Amino acid sequence: MTGDPGEEAQTQAVVSDQDVVRVRQLVRTAAVTAKLSLVDQTKVVTAASELARNTLVYGGGGSVQVRVVRQRRSGVRVELADDGPGIGDLELALTDGYTTGGGLGLGLSGARRLVDEFEIDTAPGRGTRISIVKWAR
Amino acid sequence: MDRVPVLKLGDVLLVSIQVDLADKTTVQLEEDLSERIVATGARGVIIDISALDIVDSFVGRMLATIAAISRVLDAETVVVGMRPAVAITLVELGLSLHGIQTALNVERALEVLSRARDDDWIPPLDTEDDTAPAAP
Ligand SMILES: Nc1ncnc2c1ncn2[C@@H]1O[C@H](COP(=O)(O)OP(=O)(O)OP(=O)(O)O)[C@@H](O)[C@H]1O
Ligand SMILES: [Mg+2]
Repeated sequence: MTGDPGEEAQTQAVVSDQDVVRVRQLVRTAAVTAKLSLVDQTKVVTAASELARNTLVYGGGGSVQVRVVRQRRSGVRVELADDGPGIGDLELALTDGYTTGGGLGLGLSGARRLVDEFEIDTAPGRGTRISIVKWAR
Repeated sequence: MDRVPVLKLGDVLLVSIQVDLADKTTVQLEEDLSERIVATGARGVIIDISALDIVDSFVGRMLATIAAISRVLDAETVVVGMRPAVAITLVELGLSLHGIQTALNVERALEVLSRARDDDWIPPLDTEDDTAPAAP
């Protein structure tokens, strides 16, 4: 989960659409440092972009931590947290095409497909915490 | 807020996206383009995304919307320069790009559009020929 030793996290507040752009840039830099392939860099940046937009739009803003992790392989971990309304029916929210905001409903489900690890901790009234990891191959 | 310029080349509108777009900029571009298609009666729209290193669902939806709007207004949209890593990621994300024409570069896109225009014109002539009294 959190606290992989050795690597300092970059923290980015997410309160505007410009911050979502900054999250993409931070994740890109970390993905390059972690030596992910170009396709894997693109996948994790795209996943982070989807999730950070959700943090902004549904979570009412929050923060994102980005870090390079090194275990047997190197990778990028992105953790998003907000104190918004949380998600009541997670299974439903993770269904392709499910949206309460007039989107395409692909953000959560698509982001999960694009990464190697996907953890979500959410409940109504308790906000939403999501952690994703993409490993170098 | 940044604003993406829309250029007019004859009856084609050309947009070259050079920076990572914030969502508001994407929405603004969608509005600008729709208005310009109507105002200019453009027959084609070329959106060059070769500088974009990612396209997420927000930008993807903008591309699909522009393509749909142009179709209704009798214009065609061609997306140019999508990087392979971007295409792979979009498919895995689940975004369907069907209905969106793509081309390698702007020159090819112009060819696609002029071919489409030729196709537009030939059928009525054919029909006329067909309905003309058959030669004895
Ligand atoms: N951080 C969050 N806090 C509260 N609800 C959320 C959060 N993230 C997602 N949701 C809920 O889950 C639904 C699905 O999210 P998802 O990102 O898949 O789709 P979307 O954002 O509606 O559309 P898209 O991302 O395709 O534009 C959202 O419509 C929203 O109801
Ligand atoms: Mg979303």
